[in-house]
Amino acid sequence: MSVKLDSKIPSGSVDTKWKNHKFNMKLVNPANKRKHSVIVIGTGLAGASAAASLGELGYKVKAFCVHESPRRAHSVAAQGGINAAKNYQNDGDSVYRLFYDTVKGGDFRAREANVYRLAEVSVNIIDQAVAQGVPLAREYGGLLSNRSFGGAQVSRTFYARGQTGQQLLLGAYSSMMRQVDLGTVELYTRREMLDLVVVDGKARGVIIRNLLTGEIESYTADAVVLASGGYSNVFYLSTNAMACAVTAAWKAHKKGAFFANPCYTQIHPTCIPVHGENQSKLTLMSESLRNDGRVWVSKIKGDKRHANEIPENERDYYLERVYPSFGNLAPRDVASRQAKYRVDEGHGVNGGEQAVYLDFKDSINRLGEDKIAERYGNLFQMYDKITGENPYKMPMRIYPAPHYTMGGLWVDYNLESTIPGLFVAGEANFSDHGANRLGASALMQGLADGYFVLPYTIGNYLANTNLAKVDVNNDAFKHGKNEVETELKKFLSTKGSRSAESMHKELGRIMWDNCGMGRNKEGLTSAITKIQKLREEFHNNINVPGEANGLNPELEKAGRVADFIELGELMCRDALVREESCGGHFREEHQVDGEAKRDDEKFCHVAAWEWNGSANKEQTRHTEQLTFENVKLATRSYK
Amino acid sequence: MGNAKNNINLHLKVWRQKNNQTPGEFKTYEAKEVSPDASFLEMLDAVNESLVKKNEEPILFDHDCREGICGSCGFMINGNAHGPQKGTTVCQLHMRHFNDGETLTLEPWRAQAFPILKDLTVDRTALDRIIKAGGYISVNTGNAQDANALPISKPNADEAFMSATCIGCGACVASCKNASAALFTSAKITHLSLLPQGQVEREQRALDMVSQMDVEGFGACTSTGTCSASCPKEISLINIATMNREFLKATLNKKEEASGGDMA
Repeated sequence: MSVKLDSKIPSGSVDTKWKNHKFNMKLVNPANKRKHSVIVIGTGLAGASAAASLGELGYKVKAFCVHESPRRAHSVAAQGGINAAKNYQNDGDSVYRLFYDTVKGGDFRAREANVYRLAEVSVNIIDQAVAQGVPLAREYGGLLSNRSFGGAQVSRTFYARGQTGQQLLLGAYSSMMRQVDLGTVELYTRREMLDLVVVDGKARGVIIRNLLTGEIESYTADAVVLASGGYSNVFYLSTNAMACAVTAAWKAHKKGAFFANPCYTQIHPTCIPVHGENQSKLTLMSESLRNDGRVWVSKIKGDKRHANEIPENERDYYLERVYPSFGNLAPRDVASRQAKYRVDEGHGVNGGEQAVYLDFKDSINRLGEDKIAERYGNLFQMYDKITGENPYKMPMRIYPAPHYTMGGLWVDYNLESTIPGLFVAGEANFSDHGANRLGASALMQGLADGYFVLPYTIGNYLANTNLAKVDVNNDAFKHGKNEVETELKKFLSTKGSRSAESMHKELGRIMWDNCGMGRNKEGLTSAITKIQKLREEFHNNINVPGEANGLNPELEKAGRVADFIELGELMCRDALVREESCGGHFREEHQVDGEAKRDDEKFCHVAAWEWNGSANKEQTRHTEQLTFENVKLATRSYK
Repeated sequence: MGNAKNNINLHLKVWRQKNNQTPGEFKTYEAKEVSPDASFLEMLDAVNESLVKKNEEPILFDHDCREGICGSCGFMINGNAHGPQKGTTVCQLHMRHFNDGETLTLEPWRAQAFPILKDLTVDRTALDRIIKAGGYISVNTGNAQDANALPISKPNADEAFMSATCIGCGACVASCKNASAALFTSAKITHLSLLPQGQVEREQRALDMVSQMDVEGFGACTSTGTCSASCPKEISLINIATMNREFLKATLNKKEEASGGDMA
């Protein structure tokens, strides 16, 4: 417990920290920038915006993605919007209010200084996106339009119909492609990072598998940025894309980067319910729908009537009932838990299925079908395609599903991990959302990190650090390559009887049942034992057909599942030690009337886990105390 | 819930090809007990899971978000790009649209500019290179003015948005008899030409992107319109007309410049 986690928060009042820090950081002069190389892993919002901005500054950037094209990164699927404290609506918004809402929304488990900076640069993100030609929604006067999102009482969410993530990603992607054209960014597609290389205690490169040829490649750099996304796929079924994995972050973790708050996961309240055993993933229905949709269940338990046959006075609009001031726009963790309670009590749709209704009838009556189609057309269409039901005619059936992970690699104020020279951005880091993320804040954070934070802090690192020359023949690279090759060979040669897919499913079931919306000591303890058994079985009984050369999706999957299994155990441990409820982490032993009960005396801190060399050794838990100087620690209420 | 339809069985004829150097062939598989609520890719997942059990290599197809937005997936089903349902990517196509006992033929996108990598997976990086040639607005981070300083009329913003919703899946190329990438390229040219921010580079962009399209080996557009009909995002054919106009305008202006003629 001797390691001290230094968050490097600059001194001064919260609103001057970033400004002063920017001035105090060292600069790299333009002629020297081109001598420095930076590797960026992942090309979603955080990675593409970082690669583009660093390239513009003149650094030599190498950007890697697992997809055939950077435009396929999962940021593309974000639907509802992006927050910014523009106060264009004159409804009382400000940088301070966005900061306040985010700290409160995160249930007081995020760093104030980081969150303030996020709110501060949020306004620049919108400016930047519009300048790139991102077609955000506009009013008839030609000015930008806003909608409301959960956990806020102002309208500060900018959007592009239900495709905000796609449009912002294409903006960042096109900026990056411009740098590719200009020669400052080299793009490597269909490449997966399988190890981080640390030389003299600093991140100096990566080991990559070329997914097309199977070749194991080594790349050197002066700094490495991980923007590899979140780990919701540990639950098998989640709203994340199929290739979303923890692998890059986990490999860095094993090389010394602490993993913070792994148990903070977001279960999104409005997803299309599970249809059956063969389901491969879940689909989100954007939170923006709660602007115009009302959530309800029948007041009668086990009610088998069709939704449209249940009269108004027999419907329980439970979010409006329990949270009169936020109503249907209660934050995600709260709305999810309430849905679970209703279903557990037997009020699920069609006589008790795992689903509740999201109803647009009143809005369609008030605004007309056209207006609703203009706002959410593509979402309604998607719902119709998946379920075969028309949401204009009958309410949507929805249920919570894993969607986002607030936990991630620990970073300081500069977004630098516990390995010097390894920076972590976007969902892959733990920094800004505490124990619950507010809607429309993921896009904001990914782009804030990439466009406006990393370009400064990486420069500062390079200017302050003496970096010896390294090349791929260095022992650390050879060793890393060797380790990767050995692991892949092992997967291929085990020739057991189970597919990676089947073990992933099994892990997902354990995680969802014991480390999902509700968690308790007994469940978590048994989950740890089950996961350890699963890990053993994985290594003795995995079957990976095909060979190491060439495209082999089963080999890719095996590596990712192996890492998810190790992560799953750590999540359960983290959840077990955190004897309180906060945000998305709900320990059933710690509640007041069904609401989360924090324990600020004991747990007002970040938990950051250190790998101890082997999956068989328990990891060491370090803490970083959180102090709240601006937003007073209080019970979070949306009532 | 959904339909109370029964599970179905299907015969699949699937193109299998080890890599670009090896010839491919059709192989047949049975998809059994498929739930009508499953997606097309989930049906293939089950077939693949049974192949892995037999220690055979699964059928390789690109896919990722499975929400119809990332543009990764896509292959021909009975000769239709993304299958029979209009405005739908194959990942969003559900099995309730198929009948018990049907035979389905699955083939990769076939186009010279999209070399086959393996089975149903092709290399579409040519589309990225078209974007790289000019599908952007040159604005460095930090150079932007206030987002509301430049109002954009709602019809223009909406139209730009409609063009910008292209997911780059390549269905337009695959379904075109000339394997033209005109719909893809024109959607980006139209999107940016409708916005005030896109004006400065408007002409150069049209020239560069169209020229890259030719370099990549895509065919010419003969206005048949199959591209738009098979586009999962229903990108309009009007984009191609816009591109032709933009390209023509740029070509005429460029000539003047090249001959040193300043008409003013």
